[in-house]
Amino acid sequence: MEYLSIGFSLLFDPLSLFFLAVIALVSVPSAVYSVGYLRGDCSRKKKIIAWALMAVFVLSMALVVTAGNAFLFLVAWELMSLLSYFLVVFDYKHERSVTAGTIYIVMTHIGTAFITAAFLIIYKYTGSFEFAAFKQACLVMPSNIKNIIFLFLLAGFGTKAGIVPLHIWLPYAHPQAPSHISSIMSGVMIKTAVYGLIRFVISILGVNAVWWGSLVLVLAVVSCLVGVIYAVMASDLKKLLAYSSVENIGIILLGVGASMVFTRMGKPELAVFSLCAGLFHLLSHAVFKGLLFLGAGAVYKATGTRNMEHLGGLIKTMPWTAATFLVGAMAISALPPLSGFVSEWLTLQAFFLGALNTAGSYKIFLSICAAMLALTGGLAASCFVKAFGITFLAAPRSARAAAAKEVSLSMKSALVFMSLLTAAIGLSASYILKILVTVSGCASSIDTAGMDFSLNNFTLAPAGSAAVSAPLIALAVVFVAGTAAALAYFGPLKKRASEGSTWGCGYYDLDARTEYTATAFSKPFRIAFSFFLLPYSKTEKIRESFYHVKSFKYEVFTTPVFRRYIYDPVLKLIIGTARTVRKIQPGSIHVYIAYIFITILALIIFVGRL
Amino acid sequence: MNAALTIIQVLSLIAVAPLVSGIIRKIKNNIRMRKGAGIFQPYYDLAKLFCKEEVVSDRTSWIFRAAPSIALASSVCALLLVPVFAPQAAFSRMGDLLALIFILSLGRFFMALAGLDAGSAFGGMGSSREMFISAFAEPVALLSIFAASFNAGSTDPGAVSAVLGLRLSTMIAAIALIGVAIAETSRIPVDNRETHLELTMIHEAMVLEYSGRSLALVELASHIKQMVFFCLIVSVVIPQGDFALKAAAIIAAIGLIEVSVAKMRLFRAVDFLSLAFVLSAMAVIVSAAGF
Repeated sequence: MEYLSIGFSLLFDPLSLFFLAVIALVSVPSAVYSVGYLRGDCSRKKKIIAWALMAVFVLSMALVVTAGNAFLFLVAWELMSLLSYFLVVFDYKHERSVTAGTIYIVMTHIGTAFITAAFLIIYKYTGSFEFAAFKQACLVMPSNIKNIIFLFLLAGFGTKAGIVPLHIWLPYAHPQAPSHISSIMSGVMIKTAVYGLIRFVISILGVNAVWWGSLVLVLAVVSCLVGVIYAVMASDLKKLLAYSSVENIGIILLGVGASMVFTRMGKPELAVFSLCAGLFHLLSHAVFKGLLFLGAGAVYKATGTRNMEHLGGLIKTMPWTAATFLVGAMAISALPPLSGFVSEWLTLQAFFLGALNTAGSYKIFLSICAAMLALTGGLAASCFVKAFGITFLAAPRSARAAAAKEVSLSMKSALVFMSLLTAAIGLSASYILKILVTVSGCASSIDTAGMDFSLNNFTLAPAGSAAVSAPLIALAVVFVAGTAAALAYFGPLKKRASEGSTWGCGYYDLDARTEYTATAFSKPFRIAFSFFLLPYSKTEKIRESFYHVKSFKYEVFTTPVFRRYIYDPVLKLIIGTARTVRKIQPGSIHVYIAYIFITILALIIFVGRL
Repeated sequence: MNAALTIIQVLSLIAVAPLVSGIIRKIKNNIRMRKGAGIFQPYYDLAKLFCKEEVVSDRTSWIFRAAPSIALASSVCALLLVPVFAPQAAFSRMGDLLALIFILSLGRFFMALAGLDAGSAFGGMGSSREMFISAFAEPVALLSIFAASFNAGSTDPGAVSAVLGLRLSTMIAAIALIGVAIAETSRIPVDNRETHLELTMIHEAMVLEYSGRSLALVELASHIKQMVFFCLIVSVVIPQGDFALKAAAIIAAIGLIEVSVAKMRLFRAVDFLSLAFVLSAMAVIVSAAGF
């Protein structure tokens, strides 16, 4: 059997090494964090299981990005999916965890099925699972087969990456896992799907038509917008972060999709540059999303709730968590000088240069994609103003939030490390970009020897170079803000500031119930996007008597559009079919004997006719 | 040398920024047949606020204290990137027109957080609405900048402001950018600076808790931000023609718009910005068509 002679070949080219680095950057701090996070929550035995699972999970991800043949890749991929399933249902006593785990494992296996199918089609042409053989075969493959393989790979990896409409599992599974696992899942695991797309579509299959790239771009834009709109609506802190991962995968795929378009259009420099932008966002998102999930976990650990409506005021009791979460929130909102700013700037620049160098409809299409990215950025900023503002600022909205204590040293140090890393990636962007040029050159088989783009020197734009320098911006902002603050608050001219209570229109002793809530904060967005969110509310009056309403209950919901209009009908269809088919199984032995008889008869007739 | 020139330019623009607001206010008052305050009133206001004692809510954190300085810094840094009189922006190494959008959002982010910090419903309402409006203004700003930059071949402000011929696409982009400027500087029909009515205010609700010197910084930051947008339109997007004339035109236009339309409901503001978005998309399409 040829199948059994599978080689255990590993691959360590720049693309694999880059992903290994990303895995390490997020997993190591998460592991340190888990020491404090698991303390006091579960028994020693369970803790050991948790650590063992996490270690093997991280190793399986490392194997995914270094596997040198498709069989090994699939084994690692499946291992990664199963281990992350066990980690999602780690809290198996909660029903929500079990539901989330079920949705996750079903979706991820649908994805794996597509990937396996794609590999088997290629295998038909090669007779080998080695990547090198794959690449050779793909050169001579007919283009309609290539199209089918591409669509299969896109569906397969898209499920794992969480692109809309295959994102359905992500907002269930990521929040339910323990926070250090959420951090690894959102920070790294969904990126292995991006690795898969880059490795198999760009590197091995080779982009065959411009529409491949356009399709990825359209899906990316949809993912960005849908992800961020749901994120703005969420009032569960970790769910918000999970939806925001959908959005950020969209931003990463914008770079990847643009690169595919430019490759096919014969613009190698732009292709490399766009892929660099995508990979840069991948790196920065891995770090700041990891940081944000760890921060959310710290809040959960300290207060026992993830619902923002019960939080507030934590900046005073948990200053370290608050400061580090703020760094993550700023980075994800693309604020200078942090990492998210540089990566979104690069992506926008890639789109600008692409639109500049193409004519006609692609110029408009790429510009509109960029505009949608800007809209996403604006919505993401609102989302994280809400996440940080409601969770950490103002007065505590519940007794649990008021009693919160700063988390332990191991958790704090992981948070501080990740936030320093976020700042460092932004500030040292021009060095990282140099590395990424090699990585994306290797991925798209383009010689990058002559391409020396740094952030301060673009050779791509014909007229003058557009540049950005995060350190200079940081310097300027700190200088001006420092001067202003020094003049106004600290100098010899400083004036006394007195403390008072917040203005309450003449009423005194306002309590936390008068504060703005997360639901209220997102109301304008809920109304503006009501065509998509289909919000509805339930009101209930609890009466003491006919004349006097004792209390008033108001709940607002949004319709889960994808679930209701895509997944539920499909599920209903499958279950309905299963029910119908079940009728042939009445439980009577006579009927079964009749089935056997009919089958044998049919087989005899079938064989006889051959 | 160039850097020194740019810094002088920025300082002089900061010095006249409140004056621009004063002139707009004067124009509005004159059209309404009122005498109104003098054009130097914003300076008196700033001086008054700077001398007043400050009251800070006991619920606030360091975010509330830091936000005004950061907002001011973000406005000033954005202004550094806009070439007006200095030949080429010496600070073009720091960032381009795309970076300018991001730098402005830094100040907005912190002001919105500060609005939530005091824990009053007004502040939260203001923050929510400010972020809402700006989320819809951002794609318009980006597409307008794209349209203007296509002609220059780069998003570098110096290169864009050096374009010689006036093109239809940049003119449409400039009109779309005026829409953004109206939304971002809290003017009618999107917001109204002159009212403190709870249900309608956006920016003023967000900064309601500020007083004294912090409020002075916040006010100065918004004057400078307005200057950034005006300079962006009259000297980067449309660099041709006499600067003073164009500046006068845009100031008059903003004043006229403010007195001639009514403030829109919050959700109508989305329609207003959608119109601006369509205009900016038009600018890109016209530019793709070669005009």
